[in-house]
Amino acid sequence: MWAEASDIVASVDSVDVSAGVVSLATLRKGQSGRVLEVRLPKVNHGHDRNLVLRLLEIGFVPGEVVRVVALGPGGGEPIAVRVGGTMFALRRHEAEHILVHPL
Amino acid sequence: MSATQAALEPDDGRRIALLGNPNCGKTALFNLLTGSRQKVANYAGVTVERKEGIATSPAGTRYRVLDLPGAYSLNADSADEAVTRDVIFGQLAGEQVPEVLVCVTDATNLRLNLRLVLEVRRLGIPMLLALNMSDLAKRRGIEIDTARLSQLLGVPVVATVGVHRGGADPLLAALDAMPRTIPGPPARWHAPTLEEITETHRQVREILLQSVREPAIDTRWDERIDAVVMHPIAGLAILAAVLFLMFQAVFAWAEAPMGWIESAVGWLGQVVSGAMAEGLLRSLIVDGIIAGVGGVLVFLPQIVILFAFILALEDSGYLPRAAFLLDRFMGKVGLSGRSFIPLLSSFACAIPGIMATRVISNWRDRLSTILIAPLMTCSARLPVYALLIGAFIPQREVAAFFNLQGLVLFALYLAGIVGAVVVAFVLKRTVGRGMHHPLMMELPTWRLPNLRNLALGLLERVKIFLRRVGGIILALMIILWALSTFPAPPAGATGAAIDYSFAGMLGHAIQPLFAPIGFGWEICIALIPGMAAREVAVGALGTVYSLQGGDDEVASQLGTLIGAQWSLATALSLLAWYVFAPQCLATLAVVKRETQSWRYPLIMAGYLFAMAYLASFLTYQIAVALGAG
Repeated sequence: MWAEASDIVASVDSVDVSAGVVSLATLRKGQSGRVLEVRLPKVNHGHDRNLVLRLLEIGFVPGEVVRVVALGPGGGEPIAVRVGGTMFALRRHEAEHILVHPL
Repeated sequence: MSATQAALEPDDGRRIALLGNPNCGKTALFNLLTGSRQKVANYAGVTVERKEGIATSPAGTRYRVLDLPGAYSLNADSADEAVTRDVIFGQLAGEQVPEVLVCVTDATNLRLNLRLVLEVRRLGIPMLLALNMSDLAKRRGIEIDTARLSQLLGVPVVATVGVHRGGADPLLAALDAMPRTIPGPPARWHAPTLEEITETHRQVREILLQSVREPAIDTRWDERIDAVVMHPIAGLAILAAVLFLMFQAVFAWAEAPMGWIESAVGWLGQVVSGAMAEGLLRSLIVDGIIAGVGGVLVFLPQIVILFAFILALEDSGYLPRAAFLLDRFMGKVGLSGRSFIPLLSSFACAIPGIMATRVISNWRDRLSTILIAPLMTCSARLPVYALLIGAFIPQREVAAFFNLQGLVLFALYLAGIVGAVVVAFVLKRTVGRGMHHPLMMELPTWRLPNLRNLALGLLERVKIFLRRVGGIILALMIILWALSTFPAPPAGATGAAIDYSFAGMLGHAIQPLFAPIGFGWEICIALIPGMAAREVAVGALGTVYSLQGGDDEVASQLGTLIGAQWSLATALSLLAWYVFAPQCLATLAVVKRETQSWRYPLIMAGYLFAMAYLASFLTYQIAVALGAG
């Protein structure tokens, strides 16, 4: 599992969004998912690279189970996501970097 | 003598630094270690708060404890984290490398916290791991084999409880046991790659597997509370109720102590007046220092109550959730959910509001919030509004329910808010153009606020406020007094003394500029001492019109007098002026302190004057055109 996961991160830009893989931003309230990868956008802005590093640092690493606990009022942004033992509020833009298998 | 040797002076105490993720209870542990022996300042050249204190171990060793800003990573993402990184690497001017780094972790959330510990361990600096909130971990059935964890990490590990007396003793004992070394330069560090971060997480899991037995995390209580508090409708209703209570408290509970301060200041003024011979020195002390400083000091009760609420809400975990609920609305104008509380505080007084912007980690968000804070209608505007509305707006029912005076007051509040939205939007479109600010805000577990931490936090805010009152605000008051006093009126002068002073000359000089917005020279003069604090303008108008008596008498005489002398257009124009104008040097002084530069207070003053002039111009000209001139 872990060897696979780190391979996937290593080949970040070449992964296709295939069937059954969605971004964390699309999960409904109460839905869980397993993190597949945190993806750098195709065009690599320095800013987004730091964003991805930070998402990984706070625990959105491949293999982790995440759960959407709450959606913000009016349009469902931001989203409150539990990862590991911690809950984070993310805006959609951040959540879109995280690809998950819905559980 | 080199800095390193200085650090080893026996008297000085050993330098240790507390490092940890935000929300790991680090500040509580710091408070426990140092008690009230703390010094709060800013790091040189940046607006990040620097907290240092003295701790003494049971064996009698003194430690100088530096509470580093909370950080998720050495790969800094905010001004706070950059300070933490630079202190550890010895790259921050004026800061010495700590002899020992105490990595503080939340024992109930080691999975997140240990990653930073592993990152720091690679630097090869002497360090120690504190498992904080270990009582909470025990209660949740988390068993940590500290000996095994210490063996796996290769650093000493101790369990601490930041909120209990004696809860830091194991930490101090472990520090005593550590051999004293001269801190050398840390190992070379590079920003980790994606793979390295993932690998570190893998190591964390491996270490936890071998040293910690933890039941499945029980989040039932938290989720039950969150289901209500973060609910799109119920959550907003609760937020509204909390804010209502807070506001009610700020205005209702503060009323009595504010009265006491006013009477005490008045009494002191009279005592000093009675004890001293009439003359310049008496005038300086009574009219300049006592009255001027008293006028700002009177807001202390509101500040205390406001911060008691803010600190309790922050400590319990509610504040980030309120920010979560409001992020979308605030985001539309380029602010973050975290801007909300500082802006709300500014309705009491912009000074604590601007001080409260420290909870906003993103610098641009923080700056936008600071810049619009003075547009929130602070309580110092109320005496001015009350005077003008009382004198010019008739008591009349509107549509059977509303009172015309009340409606005007409401419109003034609304004008400030609308102005703030417009300014924030313009800032978003100009300064913050094309920027995306990630939110990534931790919503920590619910906790009961700890009274000691609350008291210490409150004390710290009060100290900051008082230091400012005693420093730059005092200096400004003396300058304003001098402007309004010198030169003295010539013998046989008939007008008010202030009319002959520099303030008077200045008032006359700027009057042509203010003529298009309907201000006579009397108003222009009053605006100058009114820079001390907005409500001072009422007293200053009284002085200009040579009225005698106490504050309340002056205000009521003044109402009648200006009601007869000013046109309605002038009164409305002055109201519009007070919605926007930066008639408060204390606020500008605080902005200078908080942003560490003159640039932002100048920008703020400039744009507020421009807005005030425009608003007053439109108000006056339209009112005149409609026949209210």
